[in-house]
Amino acid sequence: MAATATRRSLGLAPTALLLLGAVYCLFPVSWVVIAATKSPGELFTTPTLAPGTGFFGNVAELFAYRDGVFWLWLLNTLLYAGGGALLSTAVSAVSGYALAKFRFPGRTVIFNALIGGVLVPAVVLAIPQYLLFSKIGLADTYWAVLLPQILHPYGIYLARVYAGAAIPDSLLEAGRIDGASEWRLMSRVAVPLMAPGLVTIFLFQFVAIWNNFLLPFIMLGDDGKFPLTVGLYTLLMAGSNQPSLYNLILTGALLSIIPLIALFLTMQRYWRTDLSSGAVK
Amino acid sequence: MTRPVKRRRAARRPSLAPYLFLTPAVVLFTLFLAVPIGYTGYLATRRTQVSGLGLGSGSRREVSAGFGNLAAAVTDGELWAGWLRVLGYGTLVLVVMLGLALLFALALDSARVRLARFTRIAIFLPYAVPGVAASLLWGFLYLPSLSPIRAVLDVDLLGATTITYSMANVAVWGGTGFNMLVLYTALRAVPRDYYEAARLDGASETRIALLIKIPLLLPALILTTVFSIIATIQVFTEPTTLRPFTNTISSTWSPLMKVYRDAFVTGDLYSAAATSIVIAAISLVLSFGFLRVVRDRAFGEG
Repeated sequence: MAATATRRSLGLAPTALLLLGAVYCLFPVSWVVIAATKSPGELFTTPTLAPGTGFFGNVAELFAYRDGVFWLWLLNTLLYAGGGALLSTAVSAVSGYALAKFRFPGRTVIFNALIGGVLVPAVVLAIPQYLLFSKIGLADTYWAVLLPQILHPYGIYLARVYAGAAIPDSLLEAGRIDGASEWRLMSRVAVPLMAPGLVTIFLFQFVAIWNNFLLPFIMLGDDGKFPLTVGLYTLLMAGSNQPSLYNLILTGALLSIIPLIALFLTMQRYWRTDLSSGAVK
Repeated sequence: MTRPVKRRRAARRPSLAPYLFLTPAVVLFTLFLAVPIGYTGYLATRRTQVSGLGLGSGSRREVSAGFGNLAAAVTDGELWAGWLRVLGYGTLVLVVMLGLALLFALALDSARVRLARFTRIAIFLPYAVPGVAASLLWGFLYLPSLSPIRAVLDVDLLGATTITYSMANVAVWGGTGFNMLVLYTALRAVPRDYYEAARLDGASETRIALLIKIPLLLPALILTTVFSIIATIQVFTEPTTLRPFTNTISSTWSPLMKVYRDAFVTGDLYSAAATSIVIAAISLVLSFGFLRVVRDRAFGEG
């Protein structure tokens, strides 16, 4: 009896703890949803948690801001995050496959060097990358933001773990005996088997690039090439002493979160941090 | 007669393929990692020499500075003040964020939890919010004129001492969910019969958590700690985005902000390069001890 009672009360404690955590995590997001509905007049006068009436006005004003530069920021972010994550996933997939399924001299050295990249602070890279890009005339271009974000140590690590678990050696051996080329084995056998794990790598890299601030902040000068993060920052700088811009900043923040939250909720089963089980349930 | 030939071919053929497959990664590694690191090292040992009045095109030359810049970076009081601020902030973030992540992961994995799916998604949700947007949201929530928090809690959240806590809160809010997911996934991989055996022996859920689950989580905890240390040392986005809200954050609040200012505001690339090498060195020293353990435990299968 006593044992069941403690177990039941312990079932309550974790639930209460998790609910508190959920409230803490949802609070700022729900606040900005409400704040973005307020017209500039309502923002400072109505109670903070009461919805306002100015949402569509705010959105229209935001998209009209400086001839619709916000649209450009949104499209740029999609290009950087989508293109960058796609290339990054491809590179991670072939590298992870090679590291997991081949024994060759230099394997450990290459793996350690690539993974060691995780430890190199972005700052040591961003400034010389900027200087090197300026030397070849590519600073302040789309390439300057896209190229440095393709190599992703964590993606290579995940791809390696995933290839190790999802691709049976016997299948590759059978393919080799049948005379399939290594390229064909990789593209027709390995990559399809790794596909669910590759979706996960794509998602993580997509979010990482979408959220990156330092690299585009350093590389770009022309605000027509900005991603949302840098755009929002410039909006905030412009608005810091003009409370009249607050509603634009809040609406911009909300609109920059919505695509990611949508992606996040629809792709739920792919948000996995450990692929060693070899299958996505 | 044909068998040995065939086997030799089969053994020889894969020897070139993995190198070809690794070429893109190695090329990218060289161009965007190795070369920039080398270039930073080179820049750190250079300085500008001004001759005459410093006018005209020939009067400024780049000359070798030896270890002068590095010595200046190591002894720079402003940088040390930044390190101390980041140390306080980082300790706070690491302890609270990883502590909460562990608690939430254990709660999700406990026997009779309800609403697990909803709360798991809710707590992971801030991961989808860019650091700039998160700092911006909290910045507005800290502002006296807008804050619903200020209505309940009468504290200046953007004051000289409170700013560290306010900034740590942004990082904790954004990072707990991801770390919780890493730990929770590691817990799910543990065979359930481990716990059944303990339950049959009469162990309580708390004892199971403390004596079985936490030791099993050790590799995952080490991994999340290393990644959190590296991220915390480089803190830049949060203080930079919170600056417009308050005048208590200087332009050199964190070491990385000082590097940015030196490189792009005052235009002293050489000392910026030297400072970034010092940051990298400290980051490596701090995470290397952890990395050894991580490699032995998590990457051990290679």
